[in-house]
Amino acid sequence: MAVVEQNLPGPETERPIGFGRLKRKEDARFIRGEGTYLDDIRLPGMVYGAVLRSPYAHARIVSIDTSKALAHPNVAAVVTAKDLETLGLAWMPTISYDTQAVLAGDKVRFQGQEVAFVIATDEYSANDALTLIDVEYDPLPAVVNARKALDPDAPLIRDDKIGQRDNLASPTWEAGDEAATDAAFAEADTVVVRDIIYPRCHPAPLETCGIIADFNPQTGQLDIYNGNQAPHAHRTVYAHVAGLAEHMIRIMCNDIGGGFGNKVPVYPGYVCAIAGSIVAGVPVKWVENRTENLTSTGFARDYIMHSEICAKDGRITGLRADVLADHGAFDSTAQPTKFPAGFFHIVCGSYDLKASHVKVKAVYTNKAPGGVAYRCSFRITEAVYLVERMVEALAVEMGVDPIDLRMNSFIAPEQFPYETTTGWTYDSGNYAETMRVAMGIAGYEELRREQLEKRKRGELMGIGISFFTEGVGAGPRKHMDILGLAMNDGADLRVHPSGKAVVSISSQPQGQGHETTFAQIVAEELGIPPEDVEVRAGDTDKSPYGLGTYGSRSTPVSGAAVAVVSRKVRDKARMIAATMLETRPEDLAWEKGRWFVKGDPEKGAMIEEIAQRAYSGEPMPADMEGGLDAQVIYDPPNLTYPYGAYIAVVDIDPDTAAVTVRRFIAVDDCGVRINPMVVEGQIHGGLAEGVGIALMELISFDEEGNCLNSSFMDYLIPTALECPDFELGETVTPCPHHPLGAKGVGESPNVGSPPAIVNAVIDALHETHGVDHIDMPCTPARVWAAMQGRPEPPQ
Amino acid sequence: MKVSISINDEKVSREIEPRQLLVHFIRDTEGLTGTHWGCDTSNCGACVVHMDGKPVKSCTILAAMCEGHEIHTVESLEVDGQLDPVQQGFHEQHALQCGFCTPGMMMTARALLNENPDPTDHEIRTAISGGICRCTGYMNIVSAIRWAAEHEAAAAKQEV
Repeated sequence: MAVVEQNLPGPETERPIGFGRLKRKEDARFIRGEGTYLDDIRLPGMVYGAVLRSPYAHARIVSIDTSKALAHPNVAAVVTAKDLETLGLAWMPTISYDTQAVLAGDKVRFQGQEVAFVIATDEYSANDALTLIDVEYDPLPAVVNARKALDPDAPLIRDDKIGQRDNLASPTWEAGDEAATDAAFAEADTVVVRDIIYPRCHPAPLETCGIIADFNPQTGQLDIYNGNQAPHAHRTVYAHVAGLAEHMIRIMCNDIGGGFGNKVPVYPGYVCAIAGSIVAGVPVKWVENRTENLTSTGFARDYIMHSEICAKDGRITGLRADVLADHGAFDSTAQPTKFPAGFFHIVCGSYDLKASHVKVKAVYTNKAPGGVAYRCSFRITEAVYLVERMVEALAVEMGVDPIDLRMNSFIAPEQFPYETTTGWTYDSGNYAETMRVAMGIAGYEELRREQLEKRKRGELMGIGISFFTEGVGAGPRKHMDILGLAMNDGADLRVHPSGKAVVSISSQPQGQGHETTFAQIVAEELGIPPEDVEVRAGDTDKSPYGLGTYGSRSTPVSGAAVAVVSRKVRDKARMIAATMLETRPEDLAWEKGRWFVKGDPEKGAMIEEIAQRAYSGEPMPADMEGGLDAQVIYDPPNLTYPYGAYIAVVDIDPDTAAVTVRRFIAVDDCGVRINPMVVEGQIHGGLAEGVGIALMELISFDEEGNCLNSSFMDYLIPTALECPDFELGETVTPCPHHPLGAKGVGESPNVGSPPAIVNAVIDALHETHGVDHIDMPCTPARVWAAMQGRPEPPQ
Repeated sequence: MKVSISINDEKVSREIEPRQLLVHFIRDTEGLTGTHWGCDTSNCGACVVHMDGKPVKSCTILAAMCEGHEIHTVESLEVDGQLDPVQQGFHEQHALQCGFCTPGMMMTARALLNENPDPTDHEIRTAISGGICRCTGYMNIVSAIRWAAEHEAAAAKQEV
């Protein structure tokens, strides 16, 4: 394993050369309204697409009549499945080796499914024309409940798949040791059983999805403007799907108004726009509206979990989980190929268990496809939610403080690297210390006293704990790929003769601040001021191949690539400096930005001088080419395992059951922090999403499959009034195998916060109302029902 | 139909469809793409502009209704190369990540400070509660607006 260099931040300065609280470079354009988001781009001759969507969740398509729409003076074309069939584009592969209809031909399988694509001279006309298309449907019974989907008489959703006779989307997948887990339960002194639902929710980035496809019939070049999280992987997929030459496809992402996993997949609208541009020979733009975003693009979660947890002698010893995963009508859940349930089997959490066993079964329902992460590394959120709810329930059953039970059961610092009972190798951690820091910030003992006093007065106050461990930074090519593509990332660093540099990366920022933090990595490693380092991403013609940004993988993989490529440049600079200083490379020592002669520190060469030399007419070291640049593809040796201790304090109005998150304490250990300001910003944002998921965000359906949360009127997102001032703390346990010791943090707050809030809600109600479980979201109506002793699972 | 609207202190007369939304007029007809669109239901606030000095959601107003009115967009905040304190505050306090909600948030903040130069945190939170930010968790937006308020107050003192 590589040795971590001492890269801890130096003293806090306004303009650090390297790590520290550097203000963001990208702000300059955004605060002036000069960002370039997809819908801001207008190309000459561009036409506009709109998608006709199914009003039914399940129906046979009897006929589609497009004649009236075609007669609209501003309509150029109306595309249906029949037209796509002739191009071989009626179906497309999903990221989990299933197929998905680009436009429905035989039948529709969820409400909002794509049925036709209109191309018109302007957006208003395109939408007008949608109303002129006559589709005759023959409605079929719909199934939106994953359990009912497995009934023998349930309607068959995927009759397009040869040999498919039920609604199972995958064989049962298992991890862990069943027999050892049975043994742990047999000798346990306490066992707790719960049925827990992590309901369907949606990443809902503020910018919806969209594309401009610009095919040049003369050259065969296809330019795609599309804010997506993995442009290189998208290009490869388009090459395979559309049969286009990969080197003639260029994807440009520009600025992206948030992704959170929603912008990982390829959507039918993208394929329609590309097909439209190829056929029409003009640029075709399609931008979905908010309802389309919420009802048809990648949802998150929808896990129905049965779980048992056990303890012996005051320690947690075993865990079982049996999960039904609702994947919707097409299985386009995002996960590495060999992990059909993503990383759900990290469900043993932060605890030194004797054994655990996990089973996951996936089903089709008449709901939108997806199963993408919502700021989560492949189902880790579901796993963390489950284990942290179970641990809390176990503590209640045992009559012990939930923090004490955790403290008794944590993996100890000296046990790292630690092999979990489901096969993960955690890299590093000091869990108890992080928990203690959180307790200190919260004033935990005082909070418990306050709670007791309030309870006497009839006030409902709850304290909820969550301690999570995530596995992020996918991933090592020996273990994981997506659609056969290794989950590695490239970096290409060019130091110009003036000493200023450009670093091109394959990860794809959507607000994470790569332009700043990745410049800081180069600055830290080479001593070039971050303002002199330009970070390029988001254009497949100008960046090396790699798998993009999701699963908190930017810093763990792409950030490591930038560190390694910087060190390669530094090594080359050393050789050149030795020639310049007429000494041997091994006689030189490095200080930030300069190689100097050991024992004669006055004699040295700055990185700028070395760069100038590398491009000059002066001699280079023997067998060395001119120039000062390097390229790498980074293959991480392991995932990184950030973790954190979260404490939520909630108040519940006894008369209305409204939950207020009064305080939220988050102590994250994400290893070394490159830019603490950016890290803290990411934590704030993820915590707000966690507040939303715990209290209000829900995608639900009625029995007929009508989506009940198809706009921001019904899909509730927390505003400034629902979010508290978050109280952050940190511990730093460097990752031993990451060149910077960093672990990644983007998703941690979203992963860790929902169980803390739900645990707090239950903690507030357990003593007084006997509530021992409530499913999210904890809306007033649902909390009220639980207080009356009739809690209901979300539909 | 024809409308005459003052946008960022420039009077424009355009032939438009009567149903055209102000947000589309600003973005598509005038090419001022700093004003964003994020929902269809007036919930997200990405489209906030000033109409006669008051913050409005431009997805909820027809361009036709703006005849004779003054519209100001995010592009008007910076004057002669001088950033508005609100813009500066957003940068200083790391109040933006993806930047998509930022123009609407800043225009809302500007209107708040015009009315109330020294708002409490709760007043700030209430003022921006008509907008959604998916990235920041709002805490730094509140700090940014407070920063702007404090620096405007300091600048005003200097002028006196």
